[in-house]
Amino acid sequence: MLHVKEVASDSLESLPAPSRRLRDRPSLGRKRFRPSRLILHAVLVLCLAATLLPLVWMILSSFKSQGEILSDPTAWLPAHFTLENYEQWFGPLKFGQYFTNTLVVAGVTVAGNLLFCSMAGYALAKMDFRGRSLVFTLVLITLMIPGVVTFIPMFVTVSKLGLLNTYASLFLPFLASPVGVFLMRQFIAGIPDSLIDAARLDGAGEVRIFTGIIMPLCRAPLATLAILTFLASWNNFLWPLVAAQGQSTYTLPIALSLFSVGQNATNYGLLLAGATLVILPVVAVFIALQRYFTQSLVSTGIK
Amino acid sequence: MSTLTSAPAGLRTARAGRGGPKRPRPRVAPWVFVAPFLAIFVVFTLLPIVSSFAMSFTDFRATDVQNPFGVDFVGLQQYQSVFTDQQFLRSMLNTGYFVLVGIPLAIIVALALAVALNNGISRLRTLYRVGFYIPVVTSIVAVSTGWKFILQPDGPLNAALHLIGVQGPDWLNSTTWAMPAIIAMAVWRNAGTLMIIFLAGLQAVPQELQEAAMVDGAGAWRRFWAITLPILRPTILLGSVLLSVGFLQFFEEAFVMTQGGPLNSTLSITYFTYNQFGFGQYGLASAASYVLFAVIALVSLIQFRTLRSQD
Repeated sequence: MLHVKEVASDSLESLPAPSRRLRDRPSLGRKRFRPSRLILHAVLVLCLAATLLPLVWMILSSFKSQGEILSDPTAWLPAHFTLENYEQWFGPLKFGQYFTNTLVVAGVTVAGNLLFCSMAGYALAKMDFRGRSLVFTLVLITLMIPGVVTFIPMFVTVSKLGLLNTYASLFLPFLASPVGVFLMRQFIAGIPDSLIDAARLDGAGEVRIFTGIIMPLCRAPLATLAILTFLASWNNFLWPLVAAQGQSTYTLPIALSLFSVGQNATNYGLLLAGATLVILPVVAVFIALQRYFTQSLVSTGIK
Repeated sequence: MSTLTSAPAGLRTARAGRGGPKRPRPRVAPWVFVAPFLAIFVVFTLLPIVSSFAMSFTDFRATDVQNPFGVDFVGLQQYQSVFTDQQFLRSMLNTGYFVLVGIPLAIIVALALAVALNNGISRLRTLYRVGFYIPVVTSIVAVSTGWKFILQPDGPLNAALHLIGVQGPDWLNSTTWAMPAIIAMAVWRNAGTLMIIFLAGLQAVPQELQEAAMVDGAGAWRRFWAITLPILRPTILLGSVLLSVGFLQFFEEAFVMTQGGPLNSTLSITYFTYNQFGFGQYGLASAASYVLFAVIALVSLIQFRTLRSQD
């Protein structure tokens, strides 16, 4: 983990570097430049097409009627462009409700992680207290706890608390994560002690230091944490599948999966429209923030 | 507490007197800062890990939720039933298949993409990177829904295969082809993750070494095997371990595309656990999840070892 972090901080600045270096070196591969470059681009474009075509097909087909999909499943462009599948989702299928559920849960989870993980990260990085190394060791050990190990006792706890089928049951377990604490702790540890000591001499309390000095310096890791948490929450499946027991709390992936194995299993157009509606917001956010996304991945090495 | 104070701080306190107003050392503050995380962590991670372990040695059923301490201790019986359960053994086999075929495939694809993108491409570089990464951010449930139709017997994939004269199977209804189809989708969705990690790792390959080898007449293929790959090895290992931990838990793909079928051929360990949970067999499900946990812990251990050997 530590190593990934180092690689990350290197790569963030130097990702475009190899191309620069190559351009500076006229001796390397000048003669073969054009043909080899062209072949490389051709291969890459083919790979890119293979990567994106499934999504494109999915999105295009979601604008076809059920009849059209069945009569010619291989066609790409809709012959009769229709919004009927989307009308279904926005009407009787309560897309708005599921979208709101997913967004509220993701929003609260992100906010909680930003605050709680940086608080804990600050304490673990800059405060000397008994039990510090125990807490940090626990964080390290539990970085990779699979959800399948914890979901049954979590279910028992949440149902004993009477929280099943509430928003709280969906975000409460994820309000702070070991990965987030680790990320913030690593970054805050790199902030010079002199900054904090100077503030302490000036009489600033810990809260002041945290909100006035630490948080403003943490913009980059906070962006990373926000992105990772949002993605994880938006796409989360096993826990909401167990905890959300009614349409009022279904998140988008749950609603979609239950439709796709239920009575609508063969309503292709409807399901493809649903899948498009789940994917598009995240892909849009990704394209807008793509720089931070890939950085965030590298800096933690975790999806 | 005071044993932990560093010498200078101790001296200062001594001079200022007990409870001196100048610099009260934080004793409560650290715990206040750690408390919210710790509370959530203890209730929703630490206790569940412990109680799940405890549960796996009991006959805990859904009906025991009201009275969790009234269950009977059954020793290793749940593990015994798990390891004699044909479905569970099948799910272990399937999970192994998924990981052992999917991970190497994802590594090869991601490595090829990363090396190609690192090959001095400046134009379109961002476009490629973004494009190859897009599947990673998509919801597995959503893309599985889409792929389910792509993989229909008369769907677009078989139509494309037909163009080159191949008669494609009914992918998801075939005990032979359902798993390869799911693996293909998993590779498609996850190669971007590894690609980004490998691209970062490739920055560590010294350009001078490449040039020297080139002067010595080594071709691109030779340079890849002799220089790039050895330097990249720790990154590859790290990336594959990270991805393996996710692959070992695969569930959603099968849940949406095959429901674990046909004939349990895509039933994963997580899926088995989820099913047993659904049947109310919490003790059995916990035992199954702990078997998976042990495998994941083992894989993570390899990762920690490798990381340490690098320092």
